[in-house]
Parts: sequence; structure tokens; C-alpha cells
Amino acid sequence: MNPSTETIVKEAGHGSETRLDVARIREDFPILRQNVHGKPLVYLDNAATSQKPQVVIDALAKYYSSQNANIHRGVHALSELATYEYEKARGKVKLFLNAAETREIIFVRGTTEGINLVAQSYGRKFIKAGDEVIISAMEHHSNIVPWQLLCEQTGAVLRVIPMNDDGELLIDEYEKLLNKKTKLVSVVYLSNSLGTINPVKQIIKRAHEFGIPVLVDGAQSTPHLAVDVQELGCDFYAFSGHKVCGPTGIGVLYGKAHLLESMPPYQGGGDMISSVTFEKTTYNALPYKFEAGTPNIADTIAFGTAIDYVHNLGLKAISSYEHDLLTYATEKLSAIEGVRIIGTAKKKSSVISFIMGNVHAHDVGTIVDREGIAIRTGHHCTQPVMQRFGIPATARASFAFYNTMEEVDALAGALLKVKEIFGS
Amino acid sequence: MSSDLNELYQQLILDHNKSPRNFGKLEHATNHAEGYNPLCGDHFTVFVEMEGDLIKDVSFQGSGCAISKASASMMTTAVKGTKKEEAEKLFEKFHSVVTRDIHKEVDDLDDLGCLGALAGVAEFPARIKCASLAWHALHSALKSNGAVISTEDPKLN
Repeated sequence: MNPSTETIVKEAGHGSETRLDVARIREDFPILRQNVHGKPLVYLDNAATSQKPQVVIDALAKYYSSQNANIHRGVHALSELATYEYEKARGKVKLFLNAAETREIIFVRGTTEGINLVAQSYGRKFIKAGDEVIISAMEHHSNIVPWQLLCEQTGAVLRVIPMNDDGELLIDEYEKLLNKKTKLVSVVYLSNSLGTINPVKQIIKRAHEFGIPVLVDGAQSTPHLAVDVQELGCDFYAFSGHKVCGPTGIGVLYGKAHLLESMPPYQGGGDMISSVTFEKTTYNALPYKFEAGTPNIADTIAFGTAIDYVHNLGLKAISSYEHDLLTYATEKLSAIEGVRIIGTAKKKSSVISFIMGNVHAHDVGTIVDREGIAIRTGHHCTQPVMQRFGIPATARASFAFYNTMEEVDALAGALLKVKEIFGS
Repeated sequence: MSSDLNELYQQLILDHNKSPRNFGKLEHATNHAEGYNPLCGDHFTVFVEMEGDLIKDVSFQGSGCAISKASASMMTTAVKGTKKEEAEKLFEKFHSVVTRDIHKEVDDLDDLGCLGALAGVAEFPARIKCASLAWHALHSALKSNGAVISTEDPKLN
């Protein structure tokens, strides 16, 4: 089944270099056609979740209209079809990440579940009292709390790579943290609240010199940067489908096969076993060992469609266009008196977090919302980042390939309204 | 600019945000409680000096958005010198106004005095918690001294 899948995806066009036709791309997203508070919707909250193209919405409807059956357990035609479509999605993810093997792709609910799986399965088996786990100062709560839980359970210690005022990790400090007690490093590739692109390849290389496995949190990087897990060398990579134009409730944990093999199951149930008696259960092979129970079949299949969609646009073209958007937005917003951008790393992508004088981010959010502009305000599930910068919250505009320069102008215009209201 | 934005950010509210009244720690506080909104980071402590049933003095400290700060400030001016029971009644009335069905007319805003300026919050469901945060903290300080309350506590909503 898998070889034919690979052919399908490869034929679909590998990483197109051409420039994006954004006006045409926008037509693929029905949600973008609406007005909000009487103004055309400007959706700049892509770091929270991306919008879905019609093909993904259609894939969901098609599955429930004509393919729905449980997978891996029926000899009837529909079950075989559903199984084929489900496994085809796995093949697409394998190619998308350039994983060495399809069995290294585990379907989970999202990045959060992927990280929890590693913490609870790998962590509970291989990490003991006094061992150390390294994360960074710019992690999302989902790459902090699972490790804190593990540390509470095992007596291991959490260590944190600090960052500078631009929101860049201090690699020298990271290297000092690495030692014989370090058992795992888990870092975010692209910060959701600062936009920083971390040097994960370098981080992985250093950890590997100590024989330490590295998990990369790819929640934010996946829709914006081309990711090749073999080239990065990461041992685990977790990301969410809903940030890559796919449905909510489906995500991926990639893990190197030999590591996944060494790990105990995360949850028990159907599909993850090969035989069960009351005396002894033998677990199923990878990837099924980690997929207990009936999975999220419909969303997985539609997620496969989303991956095709993004893949056909080409990650290089997406990255390049989004870089232009970010550069333009940085110029526009910096020109507004009182705006301070939080996160000024040299290498950034798709996210611009800012504060406006003494105006609280929530007030900024409410005012721009009435202009039809959706941005995120708050701590972005990165409270330690806010503490590091001594601020309670930021306003954040985050871009996707369907956003336009005109939408950046609309945001800048709305921010002037904020100044007007607050007289600052 | 849309009229409901003007209604929300009217001069009185902007003024209380810029120059909050009764801001700071109360030296002779008999009661206090903390209120925070974990979703946005708004965080206030309300201090009360009780003399029997009388709220002799009240103040607040902390940080938050314009709505939460102005509401806290206006609350302190409204309840200072009132009986505990009156303050609780005022809270009830205030709460019912900011959480009302926006398609219905507001009846008697007069009882609320300057607090009526916050009636426009009802048009912004995401901001209702901002407006009621300090009130929940006050209620909590009056009921159980030293408490910490969160806007995400299901009992508050």
C-alpha cells in the first residue's frame, strides 16, 4: 500500500519554487470570504490555528458520506477503503517530514499529546531520580508541564536554557547544561510567542555528542518551515494538524524507530495489541503499539489532504512569502510610535508579538477586532516568556501564506485607532 | 469607529484606567482577596477595612486591561462607606447588567451611578470577566479573608 502512496505524493509536485498566487490561494479558503463586524475578515491568528481550504473540508464530508468504517479490523469493502485512506495519510506525513520509515509516524491528537507520550513512555522508562531534562525559556506550556509531571513522578530535575533580550537562546549556556545526568532535551523549533527560529540542528548535534536524544516541538514550525527530520537529526518531532490547514484533534509524533521500539505503550486498548489473554498481552508492532483504540480516522484522512495541499504550494515558496510578510509587518508596526516588538531575534518567522505603550493587549485586541481583524492577545500559553520580558501579555499577529500586505496595512491602521482611543 | 467601541471605551472609563482611584495597598486592611484571570494575566488584590458591617475603606492593587482596572477603580469609589450588604447588592446589580442579554433594554441603570458606564461591556462577551474580576475579589474578601479567586472557577460564571 505504501509505495503507491509515495508515488502519488511525489507526482503531486515536490516543493514548488514558484511564487505564490495569493489571490488565487485565498479562493480556496471559504472562511476568508466573510465580513466580521461589517469589515472584511483579516485573520492574523494563524499561530493559534490555521484556516482550512475547501479540499480539506470536502475530504471530511467525503469520508463520512462514502468511506466511513472502522479500520484495521474488517474484511468488508468499506473497512478496507477506510484503512487504505488512513494509512495513505501516514505515508504522506512520512514523506512530508522525510522520515526514514512509515512506522515512525504515530498519529496523536496534537503536539501536546505527542510530547506527553514521549514524557510518559520514554521518560518513565529511561529517566530516573537525579537525571536531568533540558527545555528552553521560550517553551509553550505543552513543552513545560509534561516534563514537570515527569519530574514529579521520577524525581528528575528540569533545566532551562536561558535567552537574551532579543528572544534568542543562549547556546553557550545550553552547552554548559549538558552533562552525564542529562537524559533528554526538548526544545521548540519556532517560538509561538516570539517568532524565534531556534538553531535546533546545532542543539541536536551537541546533545548527540553526549548520546542524549532530542525532541523538537514542531507545533509552530511545521506550516512555515520545510522540515526534514533526518537532516535535522532529531529523535522525536511533534506537530499538530490544525496548524497545517488540517482539522483539529489530529497530530503527529515522529520518533526514530529504535527509540519507539524501546518504549512501552502509552495507552492500552484495541489496535495496539497483537494478542491478549488474561495472563499476558503481546503488543502490536509500530506504529500501532502507540495507537490504542479507534483512532480519529476522518480527521487523519482530511489531514492527509491538508498535507498534500501545503506540499503542492511548496514549503520553500511559503517560507519565502511569509518572510516578506513578516518583514513588511515589522517595518509597518515599528513605525507606529509606542509599539514595541517583543522578540527581535535575527532569525524569525511568521509571528510578530508586540505591546503598545501602556495600553493592555486585551484592549488592543478588542479594538482591532471591531475592525474585523483577528489577533491573539494574552500570554500565548508561554507565561515564563512573559515573565522573562516583565510584561503581562502581548498582542500577536501571526501570518499564513494566504495573508496579504494589504491585511498588514489594515492591522497598522487599526493600531492607529487604538492610539486614538487611548490618546497615547 | 463603531459606536459600541465608543460606548466601551468612554471617557470615564479611560480616566479611571489612567488615574485609578484608591490604588495601592491599604495599611489598615482587615480583609483582602486576590483575583486573577489565568487566561489573560489580569491580577488584582482588593483590600478592605471593615468596621463591623461598614466598609470603612477599600483599595486595590495590581495590573490588568483598561476595563478591569477602571472597573476596580470605580468599584472602590462605589462601595467605600457602604454597608457590606449594600456592596453585595450593588455587585449583584452590576453583574446582572454586564451579563445581560444585549438584545434587551437595560432598565434602571440609575442605581449603579458611575458604574453604569460599564454597561457597554455586555456587548463584548470576552470582556465581561475583565469587568467583574475586582468585584469577585471584593466579594471574596468580604466572605473569606485572604482568598485567591480565579475567573475560571466555574462557581463564578
